[in-house]
Amino acid sequence: MIGLGFVGWFAARGRARLLYTGRGSMHSMPGYHGWHMALWILVPALLAWAAWSAIMPGLVDGAVLADPIAAQLPDGDMHRASILADARNMAANPDAVAFDPLAQELAVPMRAAQSRFGMIGGILVLIVALAGGGYGFTRVRAGFPARTHVERAVLALLLIASLMAILTTFGIVASLLFEAGLFFKDVSPIAFLTGTHWAPGNARGVDIDGNFGAVPLFWGTIYIGAIIAMLVAIPLGLMSAIYLTQYASSSIRKWVKPILEILAGIPTVVYGYFAALTVAPLIRDTAASLGVANPSTESALAAGLVMGVMIIPFVSSMADDALAAVPRAMSDGSLALGATRSETIKKVLLPAALPGIVAGVMLAISRAIGETMIVVMAAGAAARLSANPLASMTTVTYQIVQMLTGDQEFNSPKTLSAFALGLVLFVVTLILNIIALRVVKRFREAYE
Amino acid sequence: MNETKLIARNVDVFYGPKKAIDNVSIDIDNGIVTAFIGPSGCGKSTFLRSLNRMNDTIAGARVTGEILLDGENIYAPTMDPVALRARVGMVFQKPNPFPKSIYENIAYGPRIHGLANSKAEMDAVIESSLTKAGLWDEVKDRLTDAGTALSGGQQQRLCIARAIAVSPEVILMDEPCSALDPIATAKIEELIDELKENYAIVIVTHSMQQAARVSQRTAFFHLGNLVEYGETSEIFTNPREEKTKDYITGRYG
Repeated sequence: MIGLGFVGWFAARGRARLLYTGRGSMHSMPGYHGWHMALWILVPALLAWAAWSAIMPGLVDGAVLADPIAAQLPDGDMHRASILADARNMAANPDAVAFDPLAQELAVPMRAAQSRFGMIGGILVLIVALAGGGYGFTRVRAGFPARTHVERAVLALLLIASLMAILTTFGIVASLLFEAGLFFKDVSPIAFLTGTHWAPGNARGVDIDGNFGAVPLFWGTIYIGAIIAMLVAIPLGLMSAIYLTQYASSSIRKWVKPILEILAGIPTVVYGYFAALTVAPLIRDTAASLGVANPSTESALAAGLVMGVMIIPFVSSMADDALAAVPRAMSDGSLALGATRSETIKKVLLPAALPGIVAGVMLAISRAIGETMIVVMAAGAAARLSANPLASMTTVTYQIVQMLTGDQEFNSPKTLSAFALGLVLFVVTLILNIIALRVVKRFREAYE
Repeated sequence: MNETKLIARNVDVFYGPKKAIDNVSIDIDNGIVTAFIGPSGCGKSTFLRSLNRMNDTIAGARVTGEILLDGENIYAPTMDPVALRARVGMVFQKPNPFPKSIYENIAYGPRIHGLANSKAEMDAVIESSLTKAGLWDEVKDRLTDAGTALSGGQQQRLCIARAIAVSPEVILMDEPCSALDPIATAKIEELIDELKENYAIVIVTHSMQQAARVSQRTAFFHLGNLVEYGETSEIFTNPREEKTKDYITGRYG
């Protein structure tokens, strides 16, 4: 079909070139006529193909059910559908092993029907393409505004591309809301948001509300992501930004900045290993040598520290931007009054850059509380309300993973609780992001 | 008689390999206004910035030769550029008040240099600086407003007040009126005229009329060289050099 598109492009451009007699003799240059025709071939054909793909399985199934072998199919809808699915699988992949001998037999007519309808579809698409091409070809005329049409088509393509991301976001929100709604049918939102006992495994019958108190999860998330991680990331990130923007010579900056940015590119699962295999045992041994009885291998401290390191480049690059956005005239003004460089940074640059820095920290927090792999590997599964950094703790993201992996019945409150947790997480990070973006925007306006 | 405040001898300024100022020697007196004029890119601002070592903040900038402030070489290793800049203040082309209140803008310098020991002393410094800068009557009721909320001309006078507040001996002004309207410009010029009693003032300007109005001495720079330096009245009525004459009569530049 792409080949056909090429042919159309050359044909229409060729014809347009014959018509072209010099500047101003045609509305659009020959190339646009080529594109116009190629679009007329490709777009209707693609639509026809999509439509055919949608109806073909139904036609194939109909044909197979008409086959005498299908008479042996059991009556039950579910059973029948599963044997058909099996046969479809066999038809696509002859080496597959069928659960039901009937599926094996049905695979033969299935394959035949598929190739027959596939052929019909192919011919149909070809006809549509040729018809579209023919129509497009007849429109190659000197006065025909092919350029306008092609540009409109490009515009539509761009619009669809940008809508795709937005639509996906809406889809995600809708599915989250829907599933969380199912969960809140079984569990009261108040019990969920204020309860302090989290034991979804025990939730049965009347006691259901009491076992879905998510406060320990929220606490673990905030403690690890927003407190311990930020205690590491904010000072280190800020100081590295100050060093890099204010003191580092350009050759040092050239080396240090990319290395710092590599930190942001390390997959979080690798940080997870590092936290679980290196940092956590180190913390446990240190705690033991300091006389703490039975320190846990999985600790909030280990997860928080490593997460903080992971977030450093985030904070540092946002702070870097914020400091760089403060006009040079500000620091010149301060230096010209006889302030030292550090006085200038402390009293003029940092206050001026503060909104940008705060926004960066908020984005970093929203990233940290959504982080999953590090806590899965290093923080543990115990839902615990504790301020002891050496205790094992769990987070919202960890519990979501727990609820949705392994064999679970899909409609139990235990599984659905993952969506309610996801919704809370989504709302919190959304709010943090909105606030941060607002602050950044206002800050930018102030200096332009 | 005016005494000499700043003496520059054989000063070269380089930006990386490029020579921006070539062998300039000049004496700048106390109690008068000295104007630097010349076409864009002639090095007048560069030379001005070497008088309080602001060029130090530009990577790759290098100054050779001698600049003496009251006989002391400001590029000597023992000279602290921070202490120097408290003695040689600077006002920039674009008003650059800090994003703080009017009060805090002025208090900034005295505070870092420990010039006021109490709230009352600080208030006195603020009032006298703003009064000298001719801004006190306009802002005395709103000292807590943001400095950036003032008009352009007021902002520039705020910056002058800020420079005065640390009691400098020399004030360098780098095209202080180029971002202002004619009325604000007239106010700043009046102010410069009053301030010259107590400070040595050096002003870089693009406007020859301004140089003629406010300065007593004028230095004409061209392509990094000091072409002519003398009494402003002389320079504008009877220049010795052909180039100076061409420039002030508007033949180029």
